Amino acid sequence: MRFAVITFPGSNCDQDCKHVSEEVLGVETDMLWYENEVELDQYDCVILPGGFSYGDYLRSGAIARFSPIMNSVIEYSKNGGLVFGICNGFQILLEAGLLPGAMKANNNLKFVCKDIDLKIINDATPFTNKIQKGKKITLPVAHGEGNYYIDQAGLKKLKKNDQILLKYFDDDENPNGSINNIAGICNKKRNVFGLMPHPERAAEVILGSKTNDGYRIFESILNYLEKNKCTKRGEKIDS
Amino acid sequence: MKWEVKVETKLKESILDPQGQAVSSGLEALGYKNVSDVHVGKYMELTVEDIDNKKEVQKQVDEMCQRLLANPVIEDYDFQIAEVEK
Repeated sequence: MRFAVITFPGSNCDQDCKHVSEEVLGVETDMLWYENEVELDQYDCVILPGGFSYGDYLRSGAIARFSPIMNSVIEYSKNGGLVFGICNGFQILLEAGLLPGAMKANNNLKFVCKDIDLKIINDATPFTNKIQKGKKITLPVAHGEGNYYIDQAGLKKLKKNDQILLKYFDDDENPNGSINNIAGICNKKRNVFGLMPHPERAAEVILGSKTNDGYRIFESILNYLEKNKCTKRGEKIDS
Repeated sequence: MKWEVKVETKLKESILDPQGQAVSSGLEALGYKNVSDVHVGKYMELTVEDIDNKKEVQKQVDEMCQRLLANPVIEDYDFQIAEVEK
């Protein structure tokens, strides 16, 4: 088992992701540099971390999306590899078209940095299988552009395909005005997941987070990979 | 030939523009009660070279807007192209 974390210029949660993946989850983790197109098939999961790639210039994620390594990520996701985008990573996945919709500035125009209650909407995915559907979890958010938008036709599709994995618990908890209180979605194939909250910042209670709910998301990925005996390209092999 | 291009992007009409709303209420607070429909967008200037035909410039700028300068999921864009005098 081997994970990869990509560092873009301006990523600032990359080392946190590596720490959780390697030290808490116990999976060997490589750091990859945005400038290199690399063969990602050797990895079981690729993480796009939070931060402010390219200073959020133009739109958050808009320029990072054209980094050489994103060609590798697109190829990897097409082959069924697990791609996990957190905050700025989610924004990059939207700009790259690997997930539907787009991100707007928060409705209150403020950078919001606090713990938020959320609920799991779909627990039958590689990213959420260790948290029960409907369960309330708490994760920190830290973003200025997390106001997820998708048109009505797109929203209908998300619902129909059960692609909404995570919502802010109710309207009051929604920190940014996102449509339908959406906090995290996956693609139709369920191998690409993006969310605005930071699970890597809530993976160990000893570091001050109220819960280790964030760890459950990392644990879900590992659980899925182990159960499905996934190898390169996410292909299932006979046991 | 050398072309000067001016690109504007803004959120689509159908999409709530929080910045526009904030500016609108600011103007109202200053006493400008007759102002509405404020939209905040982006403005970019660029120079395009090595194309002789304006239509070709239009084609390239439109492609650049679609791919990077605007996010067509939420934004509309518009651009003007003028030949730079020698």
